[in-house]
Amino acid sequence: MGTTDILVKFALIVVIFLISLLIAMYSTYAERKIAAFMQDRVGPNRAGPFGILQPLADGAKMFMKEEIIPANSNKFLFIVGPSLAIMTACIGSAVIPWGQTLVIGGHPIDLQVTDINVGVLYIFGVVSLGVYGIMIGGWASNNKYSLLGAIRAASQNISYEIAMGLSIIALLMTTGTLSLGKIAADQHGFWSHGWFTWNVFKQPLGFLIFIVCAFAETNRAPFDLPECETELVGGYHTEYSSMKLGFYLFAEYINMFVSSAVMATLYFGGYNFPGMHYLADAGVAQNWITIIGVIALFAKIFFFIFFFMWVRWTLPRFRYDQLMDLGWKSLIPLAIANIVITGVVMNYFIK
Amino acid sequence: MESFSNKRKVLEAKPLSFGERIYLPAILKGLSITLKHFFRKSVTVRYPEQKREFSENFRGMHSLKRDEEGRERCTACGLCALSCPAEAITMISAERKPGEEKLYREEKYAAVYEINMLRCIFCGLCEEACPKEAIYLDGDIVPADYLRKDFIYGKDKLVEAPLNQ
Ligand code: SF4
Ligand code: SF4
Repeated sequence: MGTTDILVKFALIVVIFLISLLIAMYSTYAERKIAAFMQDRVGPNRAGPFGILQPLADGAKMFMKEEIIPANSNKFLFIVGPSLAIMTACIGSAVIPWGQTLVIGGHPIDLQVTDINVGVLYIFGVVSLGVYGIMIGGWASNNKYSLLGAIRAASQNISYEIAMGLSIIALLMTTGTLSLGKIAADQHGFWSHGWFTWNVFKQPLGFLIFIVCAFAETNRAPFDLPECETELVGGYHTEYSSMKLGFYLFAEYINMFVSSAVMATLYFGGYNFPGMHYLADAGVAQNWITIIGVIALFAKIFFFIFFFMWVRWTLPRFRYDQLMDLGWKSLIPLAIANIVITGVVMNYFIK
Repeated sequence: MESFSNKRKVLEAKPLSFGERIYLPAILKGLSITLKHFFRKSVTVRYPEQKREFSENFRGMHSLKRDEEGRERCTACGLCALSCPAEAITMISAERKPGEEKLYREEKYAAVYEINMLRCIFCGLCEEACPKEAIYLDGDIVPADYLRKDFIYGKDKLVEAPLNQ
């Protein structure tokens, strides 16, 4: 790898990082706007036209608030908690294939930071690290509500990771690879050999399980038990103030962005869009197709983020036992059944 | 037991059907309802820019009235302050000097007249008590402010603008 390659990779990392931060920032705004629209209200509209500067105002507010570290907390871990949360949220995007290869000046640029051959496992590792931030933060604050929230988060994430992993296994059986780049490339176009190429049409049940688990993993409603205001004051971040609280909230939105990207990549064809072939046949330059692909991927991601919010403002929160019930007694058996069905169908019907 | 109204709703605790138990149809229904609201016009009145029409007998900010010749009607009799249940009104009276007949209708007038808008409950009793028809709550909503002291409205804010303007 030459210096240019490294520089290009570095630029790509910076761009992706900035985009995730920007999207997370505007997710807070979108969340409030969507909540408002669904409740027949207007939402934030004071800072700038349509309140478009609201995230900046919120950020400035967060930074200017007083930093409080409780006297009896474990100071080191108290700071490590949110740092870990935001860090794990940010590194997840490294293996997402954002698009095909761009060719600039005869120099191919891969729009993926790194295509490691165990990309799916990497995502899983990062996602399960995410619970550490919550766990450590909740434990370090030395407050029973924080601790309860943290314990809830930990057990919820662990339970749903199993179902998520099992739903992924079925997917991997059909794709035959763990590399996200290859999975995305295999879903080229929209229709080939008499069936849709996107994995959601090959694994509808798997996708359903995956999306439910994604909601639980990101601690979003209706699975937002770790931070349910009505029961636990504020959950694991009860004792947090200022930007440390901001980091926790921010991490949630980045997580949402990354898991939307993962869902779009694994099940909804990633950067592929219907009609790619025709554009290529019609002689449109490959770079343009790549750019349209990136736009398509982001459209899918935005749809998923919207879906996350849409569900949040529709469904009430689960009770804790219902949550565990759903995870252990419905999703895991379903996921296992899905693996079996996939195997049978692959062996006997698709040959 | 029969209730007096004879209205009774029989609650049945039927076991949930399969469709209800997998919960997804209900979720889809809920999502469609929220989506419908997403596109509905919001009912919000964007207040400072837009105003809802006030009712006929709305009681807003007080104004101290002038008579047909533009003289202040208030004679600082103190009946409004006396009647005020919130004790929001204070005033200092003064005697009209010769030459000020154009300004004040009566021989005695309020040199200082203050209403504390944080205390006032907009009951309108001052309006009713006034023998000179000098005070009416016919103004707007009292605007928000940052400091408590700014809510004590003096004559500069309360007295109606002179007639010739
Ligand atoms: S409206 Fe009622 S409370 Fe307000 S100043 Fe008049 S009498 Fe007092
Ligand atoms: S406003 Fe009316 S009641 Fe109050 S002091 Fe003046 S004249 Fe008297």
